[in-house]
Amino acid sequence: MFVMWFTSLHFRKFTPRLCFLVRPRIKNMRYVAGLVNADKLAGRTRKYKVIFSPQKFHACEMVLEEEGVYGDVSCDEWAFSLLPLDVDLLSMELPEFFRDYFLEGDQRWINTAVQALHLLSTLYGPFPNCYGIGRCTKMSYELWRKLEEEEDGETKGRRPEIGHLFLLDRDVDFVTALCSQVVYEGLVDDTFRIKCGSVDFGPEVTSSDRSLKVLLNAEDKVFNEIRNEHFSNVFGFLSQKARNLQAQYDRRRGMDIKQMKNFVSQELKGLKQEHRLLSVHIGACESIMKKKTKQDFQELIKTEHALLEGFNIRESTSYIEEHIDRQVSPIESLRLMCLLSLTENGLIPKDYRSLKTQYLQSYGPEHLLTFSNLRRAGLLTEQAPGDTLTAVESKVSKLVTDKAAGKITDAFSSLAKRSNFRAISKKLNLIPRVDGEYDLKVPRDMAYVFSGAYVPLSCRLIEQVLERRSWQGLDEVVRLLNCSELAFTDMTKEDKASSESLRLILVVFLGGCTFSEISALRFLGREKGYRFIFLTTAVTNSARLMEAMSEVKA
Amino acid sequence: MNRTKGDEEEYWNSSKFKAFTFDDEDDELSQLKESKRAVNSLRDFVDDEDDDDLERVSWSGEPVGSKTRPGSFQSLSDALSDIPAKSYAPELGRPKGEYRDYSNDWSPSDTVWRLRKGKVCSLERFRSLQDKLRLLEEAVSVHDGNVITAVLIFLKRTLSKEILFRELEVRQVALRHLIHFLKEIGDQKLLLDLFRFLDRTEELALSHYREHLNIQDPEKRKEFLKTCIGLPFSAEDSAHIQDHYTLLERQIIIEANDRHLESAGQTEIFRKHPRKASILNMPLVTTLFYSCFYHYTEAEGTFSSPVNLKKTFKIPDKQYVLTALAARAKLRAWHDVDALFTTKNWLGYTKKRAPIGFHRVVEILHKNSAPVQILQEYVNLVEDVDTKLNLATKFKCHDVVIDTCRDLKDRQQLLAYRSKVDKGSAEEEKIDAILNSSQIRWKN
Repeated sequence: MFVMWFTSLHFRKFTPRLCFLVRPRIKNMRYVAGLVNADKLAGRTRKYKVIFSPQKFHACEMVLEEEGVYGDVSCDEWAFSLLPLDVDLLSMELPEFFRDYFLEGDQRWINTAVQALHLLSTLYGPFPNCYGIGRCTKMSYELWRKLEEEEDGETKGRRPEIGHLFLLDRDVDFVTALCSQVVYEGLVDDTFRIKCGSVDFGPEVTSSDRSLKVLLNAEDKVFNEIRNEHFSNVFGFLSQKARNLQAQYDRRRGMDIKQMKNFVSQELKGLKQEHRLLSVHIGACESIMKKKTKQDFQELIKTEHALLEGFNIRESTSYIEEHIDRQVSPIESLRLMCLLSLTENGLIPKDYRSLKTQYLQSYGPEHLLTFSNLRRAGLLTEQAPGDTLTAVESKVSKLVTDKAAGKITDAFSSLAKRSNFRAISKKLNLIPRVDGEYDLKVPRDMAYVFSGAYVPLSCRLIEQVLERRSWQGLDEVVRLLNCSELAFTDMTKEDKASSESLRLILVVFLGGCTFSEISALRFLGREKGYRFIFLTTAVTNSARLMEAMSEVKA
Repeated sequence: MNRTKGDEEEYWNSSKFKAFTFDDEDDELSQLKESKRAVNSLRDFVDDEDDDDLERVSWSGEPVGSKTRPGSFQSLSDALSDIPAKSYAPELGRPKGEYRDYSNDWSPSDTVWRLRKGKVCSLERFRSLQDKLRLLEEAVSVHDGNVITAVLIFLKRTLSKEILFRELEVRQVALRHLIHFLKEIGDQKLLLDLFRFLDRTEELALSHYREHLNIQDPEKRKEFLKTCIGLPFSAEDSAHIQDHYTLLERQIIIEANDRHLESAGQTEIFRKHPRKASILNMPLVTTLFYSCFYHYTEAEGTFSSPVNLKKTFKIPDKQYVLTALAARAKLRAWHDVDALFTTKNWLGYTKKRAPIGFHRVVEILHKNSAPVQILQEYVNLVEDVDTKLNLATKFKCHDVVIDTCRDLKDRQQLLAYRSKVDKGSAEEEKIDAILNSSQIRWKN
């Protein structure tokens, strides 16, 4: 992530050149302009360069022009579109995509996403099979195809290296993104915040007085073995590994000089490395366990599962009410309310009013604005008396009928959709029927990423569409999801693809994806013999989504 | 397209038109491509039937010529020579400046293409409303928000707001982009005008309210909140806004008062527990906690008394008890805690009741290191037996565990617990006494 520290820039020494590496946001332009104008006023002459990443927006130029600094600043673009976070994970590092598109309806980043896709297509394309679901997906796909046509010939006749492309919008499945994560990598992200593939472990983890920044990817052999595992397996695994490691160390007791020399030169470094990684991860596990016990994680998970399954809704609502009353955490309380709303197709008006009032009382009255945002995005809604009008109807009603009537379904409805989670869940068997205990050590389906309680909707959709090679038989689901799907197969390209590349699937998440979904799909890949590559606008989790919607800094 | 190769060559090589200027950053390939595109599109212009028919009216009033091709002055003189009239009035003709200047004449789709590529593009030629709207529609059709916003910037500058609003009202995608753009540049006035025009009263109210976040000074913020009260919020939201104002008003008074008290140094509570932060802009529950902490005994009449807060903001019993408990427990004021739960029934007997469940009370007491006797008392009040046992075991309330096991007639559990208590302690003796009692019919 590009962080421009816009604190006061007092230079001890006069620097004749200033260079800004920024996101193309208007407030950044105002800052730069402010600086330039201040210099002009003070009679300082400097050279200024602004490097926009990933691209410059016209609105930015407008502001520079307006502020009278357009001629003083030279502009460049750094078209940074993809950051490989791991062997199978590419990120566009655009967390703002979520809020800008799903809350404000601004399509400014669609082009950026398309550029990233285009880059991959020129390197590995073309893609014989394309599937997708979601409004943003549809627009991105159209724009991408247009771009491909304009720059034709670049991929013609090439052998496809990736057999399938799957695009989806984050709002096709909000529920999964809001669940607490229990696979190791997801848990680390939820607890410590993984940024750009690395995490800062504080003193409580490193058992020293220093923090440690750790790169988390497949290169970390220890991490790679535990990242997709359910947390209940991790500690045991690490302990076992620690014992093995100790045993290896102990071997040196019986060694002679020659063997010792060999040991030190060949194995010791590797062992030490492994030891270091192990202690970091064991420390992380301990820290996580301590935090979760304190938060009464067990109770929380129980409530989430109840919401997903549709049982004990009143109890869950009481739990949420208590959570708010105790001022536990503004983000967590919000997340639970959204989960309730999404799984129940909106809160009943009485609950909506009462929970909202309690939230405002516990966390601050200014969160009135947060609630308005969540309603617009469809994350926290109120069940309307009678059916909700569709966006089209409401538009028409506003034009045709009395303006007062149009107030009921105001413009809020245009972006939001009905959730229909239960119906979809039934149709896609998202809640596994389990006889006896669900074995987390040997998971049998993708539900393991949520302790066997729930198969992530997004992953299930991908699984089904890939199996059917189309959306056939899923019409009802698509209708319930209330958005458009796409499927496009180019047989001429498919014929050129090798069987190996046909097993390679590029999944594109527009709006962010979670580590749980990545783990679930990696599992699916192992089961079905696919290999997934993930391209996301950013890696996300429930906290990030809630923070993006929060009008007030929590 | 059904051009012949010859035609293409002709256009490619012709020099009838001014040269194009491209940005220097372009490489040769894209320059060529762009030239090709530009030239191909020129066909449209030249072949296009001119929009306006030109009416030539001579001195006698008779219409003379019909179509005039741009750039060709032949017809004009031809027309003139046909007129028999002698005197020459100034002819109505197209303004000279309007003759097409090919270097800058991009069609909407070409303009949008240029905008997508981030090229400098003057949109000035789109002067008629129709042209402007065609450009906008083209921008929307390519789904690129950057382009849509660029076109909107132009429209905002060249259209009156009424016309702009009217046109955008029926174009949802463009409308969303304009709203977001106005938010980002902080053009609050135009944004509110827009909401007013669209009759989106709630968004209007919320947008105005949002501004309070930019006001740091408490007094000014309070004054601003006052202006928000009459706005067209929904009924519930109006109440929330009113509460927000009232809360800040109270907090300002309390803060001023307490700051004074604290600096005077006479009040014990402030001496023992100096304030760590100001109460301004804190949520209501936090304010209540603060009030229960520092002003618990105050009468209802004062602004800082907890009871006053409860009444003014209609705080439900549950929330009130929870908060008061937390505050008094923190101060280790066990008598106050007691009083919170003690009620007298109609016979005059005291009884303990809680609107929040005693297990919750126990947890809060434990968090604040309450002595075991106090904990024990409240654990005993937990209704659910399993929870009671769990909590008692967790917090080492031996008597409760023992008594509960006895009540449950669970010998095994009692035996198991015996090993957990200290050897030779009173608890051990008690357990033994119970185990040896012949009166109890153990179930296991």
